[in-house]
Amino acid sequence: MAMQEKCIEPSFSFLKQLEERSGQPVSRCYQCKKCTGGCPMSFAMDFYPNQVIRQVQLGGKAKLLSSRTIWVCACCKTCKDRCPNDIDTSAVMDTLKEMAKEEKVALGDNLVPVFHDSFLSSIERYGRVYEVGMLAGYKLKTKTYTQDMQLGIEMFKKRKLKILPEKINQLKEIKQIFDKAKEKS
Amino acid sequence: MKFTYYPGCSLHSTAEEYNASSEAVFRKIGIETEELSDWNCCGATSAHSTNDYLAHALPLRNLVLAEKQGNDVLVPCAACYNLLKNADHHMRSGAEDCEQLNQDMQEIMGANYQGNIQVKHVVDIFSEPAIMGKISELISQPLTGLKVAPYYGCLLTRPADVVAYEDNPEQPVKLDKLVDGIGADCIRWSYKTDCCGGSLSISQPDLVLQLTKKIVEAAQYAGADAIVTACPLCQTNLDSRQPKFGGGEGSTIPVFFITELIGLAIGAEGSSNWLKKHLVDPVPLLRSLNLSVAS
Repeated sequence: MAMQEKCIEPSFSFLKQLEERSGQPVSRCYQCKKCTGGCPMSFAMDFYPNQVIRQVQLGGKAKLLSSRTIWVCACCKTCKDRCPNDIDTSAVMDTLKEMAKEEKVALGDNLVPVFHDSFLSSIERYGRVYEVGMLAGYKLKTKTYTQDMQLGIEMFKKRKLKILPEKINQLKEIKQIFDKAKEKS
Repeated sequence: MKFTYYPGCSLHSTAEEYNASSEAVFRKIGIETEELSDWNCCGATSAHSTNDYLAHALPLRNLVLAEKQGNDVLVPCAACYNLLKNADHHMRSGAEDCEQLNQDMQEIMGANYQGNIQVKHVVDIFSEPAIMGKISELISQPLTGLKVAPYYGCLLTRPADVVAYEDNPEQPVKLDKLVDGIGADCIRWSYKTDCCGGSLSISQPDLVLQLTKKIVEAAQYAGADAIVTACPLCQTNLDSRQPKFGGGEGSTIPVFFITELIGLAIGAEGSSNWLKKHLVDPVPLLRSLNLSVAS
């Protein structure tokens, strides 16, 4: 990490763009590291939450958009509630995820965005989440057929997974909401 | 007291027992509910992680429908509560895109959101003094001897300025009070508001396992024989992941929904059907304490 930071050519345009889009006052951060101290997922991150904020301040866009951190953030908001400067770091992560998707950053072995896509397409299709269809779509795309297979069977036996989807009546309203979301991004 | 009831997708599938026990408890304590007509999914983590517009517009459609239907919205699912509350807060904040969102809703649904209703979580409502009084009047079977760790997770407490209904969101107490109120032994522990990783449960199971393991072990270490939660994602995650790290039979502990425990204490109908749905069977523990389960 220390070596990487030495190579940074500071740029403020990314900071400005990210502050505007996320609505978060990233410039205020003075690296107290309370966000990282409380983060339950820091053990699995390549950049700690405080380092994400520092990278934003310095213009490290490419590193952040391809980082593992933004996708393993569990969105628990502990960082937001403890920040003395009122920065919602998890909202910054959400904006970074959105940007990574827009710029089609290579996913590598990262399955989280594939899950989000499967989840949202289930909503677009039915208005509600249809777990079995969503899981089948996710497994097909990620080829993780055997992962959690036993658990899936257990849940199916307990009738926790429904065979048929629930579809809402005004599905066209949901379609229009999704159309507008696509227009805007 | 009448509410518009928003169950959300989980309560119609993986957490059906939360739905059934909530409805049974509402009936027993006299809270009248009417399901939100034609509700849609709140968008959950997937919407707010990847699309800012969907994160507000999907829950907003539900708020517009609820406002038309009248009455405040009552939500058992912590995630749905969090997202509906967040959309409500956003629309009240007067942020730049609020007007556009309302215009879009007007165009799509022929109505928009005026903010004439409130979004409430079941734990908040149950812990109101009048309802708690009603619950204690109805207790037919105090849950004596049941040592329970109250687990709040993230979505009911954070972000505090938007969703929390606790005086101190870092030290929430409303579940504790309910557990005490039904005669169970409320365990004090330090992991009440730690994250279980629910939103990554399918896409990052190996990482999530480390979080759930820590939480269950902390509850056991503090002396709990069970955990109680008010979130379907936490319950599914903690209940279903235990056999993977537990050392087999006997080392796992049941994870209840708060409505199940209240239901057991006040003799609400159908408790055996709720408990059948659990992966870690809670019935042996209840039997060992001579607590009966209603059919």
